[in-house]
Amino acid sequence: MGELNKLGLAEARDALRVGDVTSVELTEACLAEIEGAGALNAFVHDTPDIARAQAAAADARIAAGDAPAMCGLPIGIKDLFCTKGVPSQAGSRILEGFLPEYESTVSQNLLDAGAVMLGKLNMDEFAMGSSNETSVYGNAVNPWRRGNDTAELTPGGSSGGSASAVAADLCLAATGTDTGGSIRQPAAFTGITGIKPTYGRCSRWGVVAFASSLDQAGPMTKSVRDAAIMLEAMCGHDPKDSTSADLPVPNFEAMLTGDIKGKKIGIPKEYRMDGMPTEIETLWADGAAMLRDAGAEIVDISLPHTQYALPAYYVIAPAEASSNLARYDGVRYGHRAKLDHGDGITEMYEKTRAEGFGAEVQRRVMIGTYVLSAGFYDAYYNRARKVRTLIKRDFENVFATGIDAILTPATPSAAFGLGEASDDPVQMYLNDVFTVTVNMAGLPGIAVPAGMDGQGLPLGLQLIGRPWEEGDLLNTAYALEARAGFVAKPQKWW
Amino acid sequence: MSIDESTAARVAKLARIKVEPEALPALAAEFNTILGFIEQLSEVDVEGVEPMTSVTPQRLKRRADVVTDGDQQERVLANAPDAREGFFAVPKVVE
Repeated sequence: MGELNKLGLAEARDALRVGDVTSVELTEACLAEIEGAGALNAFVHDTPDIARAQAAAADARIAAGDAPAMCGLPIGIKDLFCTKGVPSQAGSRILEGFLPEYESTVSQNLLDAGAVMLGKLNMDEFAMGSSNETSVYGNAVNPWRRGNDTAELTPGGSSGGSASAVAADLCLAATGTDTGGSIRQPAAFTGITGIKPTYGRCSRWGVVAFASSLDQAGPMTKSVRDAAIMLEAMCGHDPKDSTSADLPVPNFEAMLTGDIKGKKIGIPKEYRMDGMPTEIETLWADGAAMLRDAGAEIVDISLPHTQYALPAYYVIAPAEASSNLARYDGVRYGHRAKLDHGDGITEMYEKTRAEGFGAEVQRRVMIGTYVLSAGFYDAYYNRARKVRTLIKRDFENVFATGIDAILTPATPSAAFGLGEASDDPVQMYLNDVFTVTVNMAGLPGIAVPAGMDGQGLPLGLQLIGRPWEEGDLLNTAYALEARAGFVAKPQKWW
Repeated sequence: MSIDESTAARVAKLARIKVEPEALPALAAEFNTILGFIEQLSEVDVEGVEPMTSVTPQRLKRRADVVTDGDQQERVLANAPDAREGFFAVPKVVE
């Protein structure tokens, strides 16, 4: 077999099962590739010993005829997931040295399914960012470049390390998390597939919390089929997360028929933004044509509250973050500031949090504190929650007319240069303009690579599905993927 | 709605994040940029709309009120910056 690290999950699984390759070989190929990819800064905690032991165990299971869905497949885990005995810092200084005593449900599900963990992946601090520039580990770098221009580009964020690692073939797939677009935007920026399932599909237990009513885990993969395989392994009911849905998990891969005849695909007019690059507009129209070609009916729809999703998000997410991040107090885990003589407990909290949190996290915690403070709670927080009700209602109304899925661009641009957008926080927030509505409404959304811009950078389209219908959504994505025929890979420079 | 330096200082205090006085003007300016962006929400007619409490309505599960976990003092304290004699240790709280 060729370069084993370049395989996707489905190909590698099939090769493992017929004995063409071993998990140890796959794992060694990925470890060697990670070793040589320091310039991407994607993997931030390598776990080669764990990986080798898990690979050997997986090979034994396969030999014994007991091979679950992910058996022997080497993957990367976003640093946001607590992994037992392995650093889990959420990209933050405040969790330096933290070694979880437990394993997150999602990563445990993957391990139970036989997956091999290669290490932990870079991300924006506490998943707050759209460019992976807020990480304590430094920037993750996109393996894609603008033609021969050597300027470093962002892989997107917050799951930037995951996106970079999968696009550069350092691993077969990776976990991501998505609060406002953190799986779908980096997937689009790196030419890979990423799905955020319905809120409640994946357990949040053991995933470092950012905004609990919005956070969802999901897979970042090299194909829609791989996303189906890995999502199924990740999700399922978990009594340890009270918002985890007690619903059966379908066999998503079996639902990939590619047949979408008669499906109604909505094109929301509010997503046609002023100043949208022509390339994005063209990509979107091409995507609609591909789905029509596959037998779907394209329908113009309206989601009237779209423009308010981002401002409502920037009330709700910081509010929840300010509450969730109150736990980082220098008492139970992580960093504690060195105290001066006479400092009391308040100084300990204040110094610890000033040293431990980066600028963007501090900003969001304080915005959240402000919108929840006496006198502003109704004007900001309650109003934002009412707007959220309206955003969800927009989608419900559209789905009630028989729409099966909604097609939109995944991002308003291709990947931008590191340092190009970090000055103005609001400008950075606009990256999530097409993805954040989906989190606000709790819906499943998937980004599929669908084309290239004029500079040779990948562009993605987003499909939004009905709640709990990830299988149908994946199938629509599968049909889109087949017609888009995106096969380009970044040229290796690292 | 505009945030001045003293409001910024009060918010930092509530959030228990130490901000040096010289950093307050820039912080207040950033808050104003973000709040200016959020301000659009006041255009929306939310009369009679319920604030969302749960995005996927479902009854929270119940279970018997019994002890299901515990006796893990060492593991609970394993990551503490300062733990002594089975407790988390902090600077003196009571004067």
